[in-house]
Amino acid sequence: MTIESSTNARCHQDVIRLEHVSFDYQDQSVIRDLNFAVQQRDFVGLIGSNGAGKSTLMRMIVGLLKPKSGSIELFGEPIEQFNGWQRIGYVPQKNSFNPLFPATVREVVQSGVYGKRNVARRIQKEDIQKCSDAMDVMRITDLASKRIGQLSGGQQQRVFLARALINNPELLILDEPTVGIDIETQHDFFQLVQHMHQHHRMTFLMVSHDMDMIEAYLGQEPVQQSGKLKFYVKHSHEIENCEASNLSHTLTVRETVSFKGDERN
Amino acid sequence: MIIELMTSGFFLKAFVGGVLIAVVAPLMGTFLVLRRLSMIGDTLAHVTIAGVALGFLLQVYPLVVGLIFALLASFAIERLRKAYKTYAELSIAIIMSGGVALASLFFTLGKNFNLNVTSYLFGSIYTLTDLDIYVVAGVAVLVLIVVAVFWKELFLLTFDEDAAAVSGLPVRALNIMVTVLTALIISVSIKIVGALLISALLTIPVACSLLIARGFRQSIIFSVIIAEIAAIAGLLVAGVWSLAPGATIVLILILILIVTMIVRRGLKI
Repeated sequence: MTIESSTNARCHQDVIRLEHVSFDYQDQSVIRDLNFAVQQRDFVGLIGSNGAGKSTLMRMIVGLLKPKSGSIELFGEPIEQFNGWQRIGYVPQKNSFNPLFPATVREVVQSGVYGKRNVARRIQKEDIQKCSDAMDVMRITDLASKRIGQLSGGQQQRVFLARALINNPELLILDEPTVGIDIETQHDFFQLVQHMHQHHRMTFLMVSHDMDMIEAYLGQEPVQQSGKLKFYVKHSHEIENCEASNLSHTLTVRETVSFKGDERN
Repeated sequence: MIIELMTSGFFLKAFVGGVLIAVVAPLMGTFLVLRRLSMIGDTLAHVTIAGVALGFLLQVYPLVVGLIFALLASFAIERLRKAYKTYAELSIAIIMSGGVALASLFFTLGKNFNLNVTSYLFGSIYTLTDLDIYVVAGVAVLVLIVVAVFWKELFLLTFDEDAAAVSGLPVRALNIMVTVLTALIISVSIKIVGALLISALLTIPVACSLLIARGFRQSIIFSVIIAEIAAIAGLLVAGVWSLAPGATIVLILILILIVTMIVRRGLKI
């Protein structure tokens, strides 16, 4: 069961396509025969209880886990051959990093450009510029030399979002981005993500615990259910301008989204 | 007194060896501690002694056999870590006791060779030969070059291994590189600080710098400075008062850690 492709090819190319994907964990079937496609500029919300296979699915999509059977395609290419990882931004779960880790905000954001293309090479000037831009967009420039563990949960999330956005990705994957963050900051974060979806040529895949937010933006009914996983989608044709701008345009986010989390350090 | 010490050949060699190790041990130690592999140094050191003992038995340069043992052990640890995923520290316990068992076996076999066990357990920095110094210097230069070249990759691997894998970094190769360099550092350090104490040089400077550093670069620089202070001060103090040099260095490191904690607390309140 895949989503029908639309006439507007420019807007509706498959970004992620899963066909008959299954995954077992210690003889227990976590994901069984999952078919799903995410199209360009879709916003897909994924909800499921603990153990439903949300993280497993995310990890398969970014290539950290191999499905037991079935195929995964990214941007039309089988994942085994896929090489364009800089096209994907990934925001990990907040609790996946050690708060005592000695890394400054700048060091973390800059690590977004480290990849296959520049192994063992010195970082380029343009990459440093990209880093400054991404911090600017996320309004964390003032925090650049702070230790990441000293920031509030909301600020940390923006650091990871800046890191994910640094390469101007076409697909942004967010794995429970707001776990452990207070309600108000969660709300701000969702607003920011929604704004990006509305105004930028970016596809979103977000795992969330927050039913309210998902329903508010993506509607009450899941478009698909597979085991304990529920998929909610806002398609690209449901938002205005299909042709949207790239990251630099996100600067307008400043005017529309206030970061109340800043004051609660 | 200090001038007298510095002009004596054996002390000068000890000094050079100590200074070199104090650069590279905390440097590599930072990567290990941050990846929760603090105990790996201790484990590899114990296995290295077994190799050193075998080297004496076979009458080849002992540090080389020690290094080979350390490398084999580090790969065995990785293997076991995968087999006992949820009890990763089991692998360290198994390999460590295996190393000690082998070492004591070889030492008993080598009784006739008049092996000096304590010099490898507690270090014998004053008996460093010219060859030892060249080997230590070679390892130090190699480690510095590799860390400088792969700085970005090592940062990302340490901070977020998943992100490193997603962005296409050769995670496996980088992990092996860290392991090999660690084994190298430990095997050449054994004669300087001793197998029982090398872990201190890998971890305590890092423990201090984690308390005060804000960034990754800063934390590595601080840990090297702290290790240098302890090594130089330790060697001088030990030289003047005829104390065990390795032990003196480690105790000074612990003293620095305590002072850092107190000062940090004082500043916070």
